[in-house]
Amino acid sequence: MQNSIIDIKQLNLYYGKQHILKDINISIPAKKITVILGPSGCGKTTLLRSLNRLTELDASVKISGEILLNGQDLLNSTEDVTTIRKKMGLLAQRPYPLPMSIYNNVAYGLRISGRRKKKFLNSRVEYYLRQTNLWDEVKDRLKEPAATLSIGQQQRLCLARGLAVDPQIILADEPTSALDPHSSRMIEEKFAELKDSYTIVLVTHILRQAKNIADHVIFMYMGQVVEQADVREFFENPKEQQTKAYLQGQFY
Amino acid sequence: MNGLKVIYNRNLRNRIHLSWMWISLGVVFVLPLSLFIGLMWKSAILLDQQSLIDLLFSSEWKPMAGKFGYLTFIVSSVWVTMISLLIAGPVCLLTAIHLTQYAKSWVLKIMAPVIDILAGLPSVIFGVWGILFVIPLLANHIGPFFGKSVSGYSILAGAIVLSIMIIPFILNILIEIFQTVPKELSEASLSLGATRWQTIKFVLLKKSFPGIVSAFGLGMSRAFGETIAVLMVVGNVVHLPTGVFQPGYPLPSLIANNYGEMLSIPMYDSALMFSALLLFVVVLIFNAISRLIILRSSR
Repeated sequence: MQNSIIDIKQLNLYYGKQHILKDINISIPAKKITVILGPSGCGKTTLLRSLNRLTELDASVKISGEILLNGQDLLNSTEDVTTIRKKMGLLAQRPYPLPMSIYNNVAYGLRISGRRKKKFLNSRVEYYLRQTNLWDEVKDRLKEPAATLSIGQQQRLCLARGLAVDPQIILADEPTSALDPHSSRMIEEKFAELKDSYTIVLVTHILRQAKNIADHVIFMYMGQVVEQADVREFFENPKEQQTKAYLQGQFY
Repeated sequence: MNGLKVIYNRNLRNRIHLSWMWISLGVVFVLPLSLFIGLMWKSAILLDQQSLIDLLFSSEWKPMAGKFGYLTFIVSSVWVTMISLLIAGPVCLLTAIHLTQYAKSWVLKIMAPVIDILAGLPSVIFGVWGILFVIPLLANHIGPFFGKSVSGYSILAGAIVLSIMIIPFILNILIEIFQTVPKELSEASLSLGATRWQTIKFVLLKKSFPGIVSAFGLGMSRAFGETIAVLMVVGNVVHLPTGVFQPGYPLPSLIANNYGEMLSIPMYDSALMFSALLLFVVVLIFNAISRLIILRSSR
């Protein structure tokens, strides 16, 4: 594929004896929104987590194959895993603000990599809070614990926190599943804006969401990639039988 | 008619059970209160004779002359407790971090019952272990290493035995606390490029700070009140200790050694009750302080 930023080749992942991901071969286009679609338990979250190597936190996970980021293999990289993870911001199913103030949540990623200058941090925190439309809502309470925000605000804070380490890719794992419709739409609109500067990989099982914001769709079922195509092609002219069945709501 | 009877019975039973709960709750509430009042009552005789300042800050302990200065016992208790916490604290913290964050799950599965067994051992066993192992270690190796000729029966011996006793106690609480921190929170930190250690420092420890404080607070209360194991190794000499190799005489040992023995001496009974009151108040203060810290940091 042209302009792909991530290429996954022959990826297999076992959790103990369970074969979770089977021979995954996909390409993710740069500065587009790629949606990984599929019923729950199909391995889409695991695939997302293997991208920034969170899967290796579990000792019973065995992984083989290649995940290439700009042609460089992430799985067998000599590069520090923290450097790899910083290239990708993660947005989880529910917001998990760090146990600190709103300000410190955004500054956290910068601080742990050694940026301590107050002025620099101030400007970055403001910039990313503005980018996630949060600044006006929180500018007077930056020192308050992040847990005092609403769930929707927390999720945008988590997005700001992820963007602050200047990643190339945003990994989002059903980021709107815990949010109210209004907050969900805000996140979706934000993604549509952000794809000018970032590559976004979004895991979801909501067809409407995929249809609305995806450029590229990867459909997974039982640990395998069934079909991958541009969004139009995927919804209007699915090739595989399983895809058609899923789009018609025959299974979830 | 029959149906009405059933309903009546159900309501009656409900009331009976509810009243049981109220009574139990009352007992739990009244018991410490009555203990406190009882101790106050008994030590009132002593408090009438001597001022509180004299009692707390004098080290003159001459029961025959009617002089009761508690400083020796208070200092011994504080030292033994603090040193034991100083030993047990880091050990517990690091062990709990390792078991919950780094170790494979089967390690924790094996360790959990081991910790429980340690926590459940009668304290006299720890005392015997202290006499057989800690005392010779201090007398033959550690003491001479510092250029001192010591018997081994000392503040340090008491603190070491005590630390081993409170480790499983604190460790159990810490493990439980660390396990309640959601995995996703650590993952959020890791995915921002933090190392494992940074994540532990800034997320895990920060999130569980109130819990850590209360674990140490509970451990401290336990250490302060522990009697038999400490009594067996601490020396029990009425002399204000000025170093950790010297023998000490903590408050619980004072009560255990003397109650029922020398009650013919006037006011001795009251004096021992007063030391029990001291223990009670100190433990109360420990609890209050740790609760205050929890309250403040959870805001």
